[in-house]
Amino acid sequence: MAQVAAKHKGHDHDHGHDGHHDLEALRTMGFWIFIITDCIIFGTLFATYAVLHNNTAGGPGAADLFEMPGVIAETFILLTSSFTSGLAVLSMNRGDKRGLINWLIVTAVLGASFITLEVTEFLKMIDEGAKISTSAFLSAFYTLVGTHGIHVTIGLIWMIALMFQVAKRGITPVTKRKIGNISLYWHFLDVVWIFVFTIVYMMGVR
Amino acid sequence: MAQHHDTHAAHGGDSHESHGSLKSYVIGFVLSLVLTAIPLILVLNDIVTGNAADVVLLVTAVLQFVVQLFFFMHLKEEKKPRYNLMTLILGLVIVVTIVAGSIWIMEYNMVSH
Repeated sequence: MAQVAAKHKGHDHDHGHDGHHDLEALRTMGFWIFIITDCIIFGTLFATYAVLHNNTAGGPGAADLFEMPGVIAETFILLTSSFTSGLAVLSMNRGDKRGLINWLIVTAVLGASFITLEVTEFLKMIDEGAKISTSAFLSAFYTLVGTHGIHVTIGLIWMIALMFQVAKRGITPVTKRKIGNISLYWHFLDVVWIFVFTIVYMMGVR
Repeated sequence: MAQHHDTHAAHGGDSHESHGSLKSYVIGFVLSLVLTAIPLILVLNDIVTGNAADVVLLVTAVLQFVVQLFFFMHLKEEKKPRYNLMTLILGLVIVVTIVAGSIWIMEYNMVSH
């Protein structure tokens, strides 16, 4: 984020968009504030999960339900996609439109694989009778992990839309700001997942 | 990959590497992989157990958060005044208060249990 703001300033004079640039930097700042508030949402969901995770109401608990191979795959997939979204930004900074779109495609494919794995895992759990209404533990679990999944899905839709926009308009100060923001958002989702992975899954099965 | 590197080397003289470099992304990625592998190996193989396992898990998660902030989000490269950093600190204070406060209150007031 810092990077985005600074970069905009740096390139200002090259392109002669002085007037717009402060505005773009301000919009990035606004997006950063959104991310922080989103952090607070996840904070409350983590707090809820931490308080309720033992209240299984006679239903299945974490150790009975979670299957680590799928979760470990999800973790490495999302981690890699966080990296590739960074590579997309690097391509953009070099003015390489083709590279930018290609790295975004790689990132989106990884993101879609993550969501597919997660949905499969949820469906399997529901099939085994672990529904959101089964226990307080499962309500907290589905709300926390599901909220993260919805964020990733929204990010995917946004990313695909941006690919079309970049393809059409090229790398402009406005598309640069947008790509910078989605990359930031994607790194943030990876950070949230690290904590989901650690607190929900690893602490659940150990 | 090699191509990215070359281009960046050309920009090496840039006083503010404000948009991050391939090197910083690669280092961040490798560190993240290592920090994910450590808890997997130690905890799932029961090499560390009990409270020690929780400590390992939380410490590697927080370190990974820091790695992402510095190597991927380039927080350190922000120019003064550091509004992003201040917003982040405010957010973290709120999150820690909510999480620690909720656990603490519920831990000591579970009258029904």
